[in-house]
Amino acid sequence: MTKINQAFANGKAFIPFITCGDPDLRTTAEVVRAAAANGADLIELGIPFSDPTAEGPVIQGANIRALKGGVNTDKVFGLVRELRRDITIPMVFMTYANVVFSYGSDRFIRTCAEVGIDGLVLPDIPFEEKEEFIEYCHKYDVALISLIAPTSENRIGMIAKEAEGFIYIVSSLGVTGTRNKIGTDISSIVSVIRENTDIPCAVGFGISTPQQAHDMAAVSDGAIVGSAIIRIIEQYGKNSAPYVGEYVRSMKEAL
Amino acid sequence: MTNPNGRFGVHGGQYIPETLMNAVNELEQAYNRYKNDPQFCSELETLFNEYANRPSRLYYAENMTKDLGGAKIYLKREDLNHTGAHKINNVLGQALLAKKMGKKRLIAETGAGQHGVATATAAALMGMECVVFMGEEDTKRQALNVYRMKLLGADVIPVTSGTATLKDAVSEAMREWTKRIDDTHYCLGSVMGPHPFPTIVRDFQAVISKEIRQQMLEKEGRLPDAVIACVGGGSNAIGSFYHFIEDKQVKLIGCEAAGRGVDTFETAATITTGKLGIFHGMKSYFCQDDMGQIAPVYSISAGLDYPGVGPEHAWLYDTGRAEYTAITDDEAVEAFEYLSKTEGIIPAIESAHAIAYAMKLAPTLGRDKIIAVTVSGRGDKDCAAIARYKGENIYD
Repeated sequence: MTKINQAFANGKAFIPFITCGDPDLRTTAEVVRAAAANGADLIELGIPFSDPTAEGPVIQGANIRALKGGVNTDKVFGLVRELRRDITIPMVFMTYANVVFSYGSDRFIRTCAEVGIDGLVLPDIPFEEKEEFIEYCHKYDVALISLIAPTSENRIGMIAKEAEGFIYIVSSLGVTGTRNKIGTDISSIVSVIRENTDIPCAVGFGISTPQQAHDMAAVSDGAIVGSAIIRIIEQYGKNSAPYVGEYVRSMKEAL
Repeated sequence: MTNPNGRFGVHGGQYIPETLMNAVNELEQAYNRYKNDPQFCSELETLFNEYANRPSRLYYAENMTKDLGGAKIYLKREDLNHTGAHKINNVLGQALLAKKMGKKRLIAETGAGQHGVATATAAALMGMECVVFMGEEDTKRQALNVYRMKLLGADVIPVTSGTATLKDAVSEAMREWTKRIDDTHYCLGSVMGPHPFPTIVRDFQAVISKEIRQQMLEKEGRLPDAVIACVGGGSNAIGSFYHFIEDKQVKLIGCEAAGRGVDTFETAATITTGKLGIFHGMKSYFCQDDMGQIAPVYSISAGLDYPGVGPEHAWLYDTGRAEYTAITDDEAVEAFEYLSKTEGIIPAIESAHAIAYAMKLAPTLGRDKIIAVTVSGRGDKDCAAIARYKGENIYD
C-alpha cells in the first residue's frame, strides 16, 4: 500500500498541478503550501521540459517561464526536500521521460524516494514502454502512475491490472487545457477499470470549474486541475499563493 | 532487424501519450496488412512511376569526377522527382495507406517545406484534407513553399512555440493528432517518431537504394564503394542505405548539419554532438543539455535543423555499419555553388551537405572507386536564402 492511498481517504480527492519554478521556486513553495492548507489531497508537481508535447499553450507557457528562470531537476529536488519539512500529503512528479532518463533513471527515482516523492506521471510513457522505469520504481517504492485515455478502449483492462498508486484518466482527446465541456463517458471507463483493479482513479485534462470537478469526481475518485491553476499563477505571479489557496478551497468544497 | 516494438538495438520504441497508442497500433496493423498486398504494391508502383517520375536517374557526374580527380561520382537524382525531392516517395506510400484505412485528412510537419509540399500534393491527388504545421521561422526562410502548399489546397499553420522550427512543428503535429484521430492520419515526414513510423517511412524510401543498386549494376557491373546522403531525421539517407546494409563492402556515410561548427551551440549534428535520450516518441540520440532539455539547434538548412536523428541511424552508428560526419554551413554553401557551376545541377541546401562530403572524399580515393551521392532535392527553394547568405539583397 502506497502513501498515495491517503489522498483518497478524505472523500473525493482534489489534485492540483503546479509547474515548479513558475515564476520562481519560492512562489511554487508558497503555492504548494496554500494548496495543502486549503484542502488539496495530493500535489502534482511539474518538472519543466523544453518541449512538453502533451501540454496545451497554458502549461507550455509555464514550462518556458520556469526554464527561463533557471529551474532544473536538482533545484526541483531541493524544493521538494524543503517542502517535506511540513507538507505531509502525497506528492507526485509530472514530467517527461527524457528528464528522468537523462538524470540517470536509477538516480532520479532514488532521489525521488529520498526527498519524499510518492509517484511519477510521465505522459510519454505508455504501458508498452514502462519497462524503461518500472524496475527502479519498484526498487525505491515510487509509484509509476498509469494514464488511461478516451481512446484506450480495449487497452483499459491491461493497463488497470498493472496500475500503481492511482490511475490518471485523461478526460478528453488532445492536450492539457481548460474546456467548456467534457464529452467523454468517464463512468464507463471507470467501470472497466473497476473490473480490473481497486486502486483509485482521478480525472484530469480540461477541468476548471467547481461544477466540472464535481461532475468528474462524482463518477471517479477525484479531479486533477492544471491549466486553471497555472492561469492564476500567470496572472498573479509571485503573489499567487492566496489566490490559488482560495481556488483550491472552492474546488475541494465542490467535490 | 527490428523487433515487434520497433527497436533498432536500444533505439526506437513508442514513447507517446496513451491517447495515441491505439492510433499507432491501428497504423501498424494496417501497414502489415497492406505492405505485401499485391494490389497495394501495384497501386503504389504506378503512383511512383506515372505520377512521381520514378525511377529517378543515377547520373554519372563526369565533370565533377574529372575536376576532383579521384573516385567516380554518381548522383542519385531524387531532385528530379515530382515536387522536387525524395519526400514524395514516403508521402505517396503513407497517403495511399491512409486512404485504405478510411482516413480523410492528412496532417504533417515540415521543415524546409518539401515534406509539406509533398503531403499537400498527395492530399490534392487523393482528395483528402491537408493541414501542415511549419515553424514560423521556417515559413519565413521558405516562403515560396508556404505558397505552394496553399496553392495545393493545404492549410499551413505557423508554429510559434519553442524555437519555431522543425522540432516544434513535429510537437504541434503530434498535439493535433491527439486532438483528432478518427479521420486523421499523421503523415510523418522522416524515419523518426514512434514505431511504426521509422519502419514505414524507411520502407517507402528504400526505393532509392533499390534503384541505385540496380542502376549501378547496369552501368558499372558492380556495387558502389560508398553511398553518401545527408541526414536530418534521416529519411533520404536510410532510403539510400537500406538495400546496401548487408553488403559490408559498401561504406554508408551520413552527413549531418554542423551549422556554424560542432564545437559551437549553433549546430544540428545530432550523432556527433548529441547523447542518448527519449523524445518525439523514440529513444535515439538528441542534442540536449545535462538535464535533458532539448537544445535549440541551428543549421542553414531548415530540413536538417532538427535535434534528433532516426533510431535506425542511431543503431547503424552504434554498430559501426554506417559512419556519420558533420558538414558546416560554409561547406554546404560552397558545395551548393560547386554543383551548380560544375554540373548545372542546383541541389537543395540539405543535399549540398552530402555533395560537400563527396568533394572531400572523392579526391582521396583512386579512380577505380565509385561513390553514389543522393541529391535528395532540388535547390530552387534555397536560392534566395543562399543569395542572402552570400550578402546579396534578394527576396523571394
